[in-house]
Amino acid sequence: MSYTPIKRSKFSLLDKTYLKAIAGGLGITLKHLVLSLLGKSRNKKALGGSGIGVTMQYPEHTWDKHLPPYYRGYPVLVRGDDGRERCVSCQLCEFICPARAIKIVPGEIAPDASNKKPEKAPKEFEIDMLRCIYCGMCQEVCPEQAIFMSQGYTILPTNREDAVRNKAKLYELGGTKHGLTDKWNQHK
Amino acid sequence: MSEFFAIIGQWFDDLLSNPIWFYLITTILKLVVCFALVIIFIPISVLIERRVASWIQDRVGPNRVGIPLSIFSRFGSKEAQPLLGVLAYWGFPEDGKLARVFRYLRLDKDIHLCGLLQPAVDGAKLFLKEDFTPPFVRKAYFWLAPALVLAPPLVTAAVIPFAGSVTTEYGHITMCVANLGIGPLWIFALAGLSVYGLTLAGWSSNSKYPFLGGLRASAQLISYEIAMGLSIIPLLMIFSRLNLQDIVQYQADNGWMLLPLWGEGLTEQRWILLVPIAISFIIFLTSVFAEANRTPFDMAECETDLVGGYHTEYSSMKFALFFMGEYAAMVVGSALVITLFLGGWSMGFGLDAWMVENWGGWWAVLFQFITFFLKLLFFVYFFVWVRWTLPRFRYDQVMKLGWLVFFELAVVNIFLTAAILYFVK
Repeated sequence: MSYTPIKRSKFSLLDKTYLKAIAGGLGITLKHLVLSLLGKSRNKKALGGSGIGVTMQYPEHTWDKHLPPYYRGYPVLVRGDDGRERCVSCQLCEFICPARAIKIVPGEIAPDASNKKPEKAPKEFEIDMLRCIYCGMCQEVCPEQAIFMSQGYTILPTNREDAVRNKAKLYELGGTKHGLTDKWNQHK
Repeated sequence: MSEFFAIIGQWFDDLLSNPIWFYLITTILKLVVCFALVIIFIPISVLIERRVASWIQDRVGPNRVGIPLSIFSRFGSKEAQPLLGVLAYWGFPEDGKLARVFRYLRLDKDIHLCGLLQPAVDGAKLFLKEDFTPPFVRKAYFWLAPALVLAPPLVTAAVIPFAGSVTTEYGHITMCVANLGIGPLWIFALAGLSVYGLTLAGWSSNSKYPFLGGLRASAQLISYEIAMGLSIIPLLMIFSRLNLQDIVQYQADNGWMLLPLWGEGLTEQRWILLVPIAISFIIFLTSVFAEANRTPFDMAECETDLVGGYHTEYSSMKFALFFMGEYAAMVVGSALVITLFLGGWSMGFGLDAWMVENWGGWWAVLFQFITFFLKLLFFVYFFVWVRWTLPRFRYDQVMKLGWLVFFELAVVNIFLTAAILYFVK
């Protein structure tokens, strides 16, 4: 025989009336109810719950501490260790962006500046947060390690104009990132 | 001034001495109490449903509804700021007395009131939503259906006794609106009418899924009506009367049907009768679930099969009326279960008679009303509890349970009870 018959368990008369199973189910739900009212639900600590149940009260408490390092929040621009803006306005992110959220106006660096080697820097860099889909392609395509997906996720515009983040805002959100490749070193 | 009160008192005395006026006034007062009880229980059920459901699922439930003080925090400035900042804008210093009072009263945040306002806000939302009637429906029946769902439970509540009776100097008051000699039959007759509402809603929507929902509702309600009616016949044989007030009085004196611990309830016969009574209780309770269209029997509004069921095409307050009808049916059904099996308004252990003797009739009535209210509250909770415990039946399982199990069991139960009543004295 190529198959083995499955053993069906025999049900007693009490089992067939379902009364035992129903009582057991009611017991389980009652246990959950009592535990959540007492504030002792399972996994409450791991899920960061407060008060009743395991629910985290969102605006008061946030999930930030539990975010994994690979979490993709909104994209930001960063500065390197030397404080130089890393973007050289190559516009690769603008081209790769599937949602067309990024708009870059390229500009020149003055020839007498201390960091004149890249020659170009963005005059204006805008990300429309109503269009952004958080795919992370901009970060992946960037040859300069200038744009990164941050851990931030709160975007609270009150109108469409506020939802567009300009260069200053993006650098402010990004801040300085340490330990990046220093490709435009003057001494090389 | 005292003369004025004396005249008013005299006037009332004369009015109440007339038996017709006495009857009219007391009946209207009882109507108000009874109607208010059912209507108040609808939002209470909504709240219990939401909160208990969330607690069972380890959630918090609706707890944000309250007084949104933060909407004032934009006064006088474009940026949102705490209410204390607003105070400062109007010239009160931020560390002044007023600000301290505000901080003490926690007025710088929203007041949530534990989310108790949720049903009220929910109702207000449903009132304010657009009442959309699709162009393809049969208008007259479409408009009639929600009323036909809500009206029967409200009418059936009239025979449910919500407290005992009291004798005043003007006459005897029985605390149920209509002290009918056919109590449960009146409820069955009218509860059967609510199926017209569901069927009409399904048919007049002129749409496939609501139609299926309406068909399911009519089949299911009629099936379970039979089991329901047969299951209480053993009880009526024990009571040998149909007046619900008398039934509760009997239980108050001789032990509740499921708890025969005092009076005649301590006899051997009553303890043996617990077996058929327990069977009746299970059949009746399950049938009430099916009649009220509650899970696990909510085949008529089974979202997974039927989009929304018979009320798919409804919106706004007409949609809400269906749910008010469902909750009212649930409340009246639980009231009937309590009245028949769990001693209605009686407090048990001979407390009722003791209270009437020592504290007077009105105190007894008050405490009996509270007892009834608490029992009802527990049963509403029980409905929700069962809803979040048991999964929905399949349609053929529902029909099989009704026709092949409960119907036979109820008939056998009648003979069993008759045998016990005949042989065990």
